Amino acid sequence: MNSGLVMYEEEFRLIAGICDRLTRDANAKVVFLVDKNGQLISSSGHAQNLDTTSLASLTAGNVAAMGGLAKLIGEKEFPNQFHEGERESLHMSIVGGRVVLVVIFDAKSSLGLVRLRVKKAGEELAKVFDGLAKRQTAPGAASPFAEITDDDIDNLFSE
Amino acid sequence: MSFINYSSREINCKIVYYGPGLCGKTTNLQYVYAKTNPDAKGKMISLATETERTLFFDFLPLSLGEIRGFKTRFHLYTVPGQVFYDASRKLILKGVDGVVFVADSQIERMEANLESVENLRVNLGEQGYDLDKIPYVVQYNKRDLPNVATVEELRRLINPRGVPEYQAVAPTGVGVFDTLKAVAKLVLTELKKGG
Repeated sequence: MNSGLVMYEEEFRLIAGICDRLTRDANAKVVFLVDKNGQLISSSGHAQNLDTTSLASLTAGNVAAMGGLAKLIGEKEFPNQFHEGERESLHMSIVGGRVVLVVIFDAKSSLGLVRLRVKKAGEELAKVFDGLAKRQTAPGAASPFAEITDDDIDNLFSE
Repeated sequence: MSFINYSSREINCKIVYYGPGLCGKTTNLQYVYAKTNPDAKGKMISLATETERTLFFDFLPLSLGEIRGFKTRFHLYTVPGQVFYDASRKLILKGVDGVVFVADSQIERMEANLESVENLRVNLGEQGYDLDKIPYVVQYNKRDLPNVATVEELRRLINPRGVPEYQAVAPTGVGVFDTLKAVAKLVLTELKKGG
């Protein structure tokens, strides 16, 4: 089985910092980062009133579907997507082949500005995720949950 | 693929309900949603056709509680069962941590069950997974109907490897949580091994 994504404190702070800066620099309402499998990694901006779990799942579903479409026409993937709404728009960008950077913005920003800022933030994020991948596969990187006992798991299901 | 976040102290896992069309995958999730404490669940999302057949997937985020200081969150997905939605099924298996196969116990659906198990094996293989190695549970649903195969017959056809199996009547909840608990436990055990 493939091992999952492990996020450590240090990298998480770096990622949150990049997303916060992107929110400001792009005049965005919300920026969030989603694993391609649908797990929310980080969110910045006015995300309090948003159902970020559902957003993450649907983002991954959408990116996967567009990836399927891309393959059907002979493309590897569509690394950038833009969905224009009446008031708010959504820009999705695949970073490092593994995560999706999503920017929600309104008339206070523009697609051009978002694309420009996303490109820079994406490059920075890709470096952080490269580092994470190396750290995870480093020799001696044991399962972070090796210490979970069968009792711990059973207790989770006790009524 | 699980997602472990040390910063927010969370473990997130993905479980997929698989099975032939109209076997009761969505009904399983709807029952879990209806019977779960509002604090423990997120919004259930169903991307369905006008006739309520699953078009892309159903999604239900569920919190089970804490384990060693980590919140455990399970993301439950169903796939569309109808044969022609194979492309969608493949996509939803990406990053899966555990699979529930929901079989329709009715005798006339046996061929559809077998086709679906085979389709699961092939689609998992395309994502780099092996059905014989992944956390896997089988549910024999619709046990309340008159024309059902015996459990022995279902086991012989669908579960020759003898993975954990449960009889169910999804609309009334019989076997629904037993199935979910079993697969969640297998997923956590796999995580412990460092899978």
